[in-house]
Amino acid sequence: MAKKEKQSVLQYTRVKPVTNVFISILFIFLGLICLMPALLVLIVSFSSDVSIRYQGYSYIPMSWSLESYAYLVKQSGYIGRAFLNSIGITIVGTLLGLVTTSTMGFALSRPNYRLRKFFTWFIFIPMLFSGGLVASYMINTQILMMKDTYAALVLPICCSSFYCIIMRTFFQTTVPDAVIESAKIDGARMIRIFVQIVLPISLPAIATIGLFLTFAYWNDWMMAKYYISGNKHDLFPLQYVLISLEENISFLTRNASNMAAGERTNIPSETVRMAMVVISVLPIACSYPFFQKYFVSGLTIGAVKG
Amino acid sequence: MSTKNITKPKKKTKAGSNGSSFDNLEIFLLHLPTTIWYLVFCYAPMFGVIIAFKKYKPKMGKSFLWSLFNNSKWCGLDNFKFLIESSYFETMIKTTVLYNIVFIILGILIPVTLAILFNEIYSKKLAKTCQTMMFLPHFLSWVVISYFVYAFLSTDFGLVNNAAKALGMVPADARNHNWYQDKNFWMYFLVFLNIWKGMGYSMVVYMASISGIDAELYEAALIDGATKTQQVKYITLPLLRPTISIMFILAVGNIFRSDFGLFYQATRNSGALTDVTQTIDVYVYKALLERSDVNFSSAAAFLQSVVGCLTIVGANLLVKKIDPEAGLF
Repeated sequence: MAKKEKQSVLQYTRVKPVTNVFISILFIFLGLICLMPALLVLIVSFSSDVSIRYQGYSYIPMSWSLESYAYLVKQSGYIGRAFLNSIGITIVGTLLGLVTTSTMGFALSRPNYRLRKFFTWFIFIPMLFSGGLVASYMINTQILMMKDTYAALVLPICCSSFYCIIMRTFFQTTVPDAVIESAKIDGARMIRIFVQIVLPISLPAIATIGLFLTFAYWNDWMMAKYYISGNKHDLFPLQYVLISLEENISFLTRNASNMAAGERTNIPSETVRMAMVVISVLPIACSYPFFQKYFVSGLTIGAVKG
Repeated sequence: MSTKNITKPKKKTKAGSNGSSFDNLEIFLLHLPTTIWYLVFCYAPMFGVIIAFKKYKPKMGKSFLWSLFNNSKWCGLDNFKFLIESSYFETMIKTTVLYNIVFIILGILIPVTLAILFNEIYSKKLAKTCQTMMFLPHFLSWVVISYFVYAFLSTDFGLVNNAAKALGMVPADARNHNWYQDKNFWMYFLVFLNIWKGMGYSMVVYMASISGIDAELYEAALIDGATKTQQVKYITLPLLRPTISIMFILAVGNIFRSDFGLFYQATRNSGALTDVTQTIDVYVYKALLERSDVNFSSAAAFLQSVVGCLTIVGANLLVKKIDPEAGLF
């Protein structure tokens, strides 16, 4: 109702048609600037190696080919492993992140929780001050012994004060106190109230934070760069394979025992590189237009005053 | 996006049954894992900053803590002195702060302007499509973006070099320009890349606050005969001020931090670009993981944390002085 009213008002406050054309052109231009590089990489990955050698990367290659993808399929042991690593890290990390942020958010949203004030500061201080990379690196590698483990790719980034605060604000504003009180009168314990009542009505917040976490884990490469040694190929997530692609293409060449000798020198390296990029971007590029509205809602959830 | 008054949770006036100590215990147990996570990954490193005040000497076969407490001497501010006297200290601070100032100014001006313009597009379908396209870079990692950039700037195969030749802007037999060694170009290109990646996201932040503005205000302005420009100047911008100031505080608090991916990964860690890409984060990373120089890197990281903490508190005070309602905490 309110929206309709607003639109009817806005009809009279519209800009002039000429201005509209200019603004539209500006935004089409900006949209294309953001999209075109991705398109170039996609086209290059489907170009033939010959056309790259002859004319370089181009939006209109002389000839098309699937050789880069065929090559990746041939290497599926190595690439597949990295792909599975990325998926595994993303799933485990997202679940862990949801557990840690939602429980803390719930605790901070309970008005009667005696330690609420203390823990609000407890999660707020790390937003202001951090020990820095060196201290964390030393503790994670020397005390927690996480160098070259999957744990190093998941644990250090699974929780964040910002997500906890979004959760808290959501619980405060959308879960009615009366629901919790009545459940308590019926004899339910806090833990049960949280799992069976609060979580189910908070699915929008869970979805939003889950999405933030999923994209963060899929895109993460810093943890691998800090904590995974260059020779531990089994542990590489996809993003890290991309970083060390130059070395890896030669690694593949050296270790390609399943390839005939003549084939070894024939790796379409320029296009394979871009095909790898396409593979790592594809899950995101296909899904984000549908999830975009949750991202926007996540921002607005955070905007509700605490 | 606004994390307004983080430390002051809403006071519920409704008098519920006072939480029994059993409830308190259960809630505590519920968030115990998160508490442990914070202790291990946030608070333990805070005490780890003492490395910066020691001459860290690892000893083979002994644990890190043993080396730190029994084998490393306190050296006061020596690490900081060496760091500040070193030749790259000035460059590194200058690079970090100057880039951040440019990022803060453009990072507020451009998205606010775009957000205001965006609402004026007649066709909502077109607007939605453009927004989706502009959001794409936000979802990509710097690693992926570094390959996007490479596709354009690669010396031999890059689109830019080849297109310049094909269009006759550069003689066909000229040597290809090596973009990854062109400092002057990257100085500006880094700014462009940063804006390019963040544009769609920050635009949405401001659009969310614009959509929260009461339409009646515009209606009243219309009746009073206000032009579009006047409406923006006297309604939209003043009502955007809280969001802008929050974004400003957050950005200023990070003035000594830099996006490691942008400066290290997107530039392919090119040695020739060190003068324009060596920010504090890049330096700390290189000193720690490439040279294993714990003393220097810990001193730099400590400075970064402390100064960062001071700037965010300072920025918050400043904003609160101008507008008492607008502070972050």
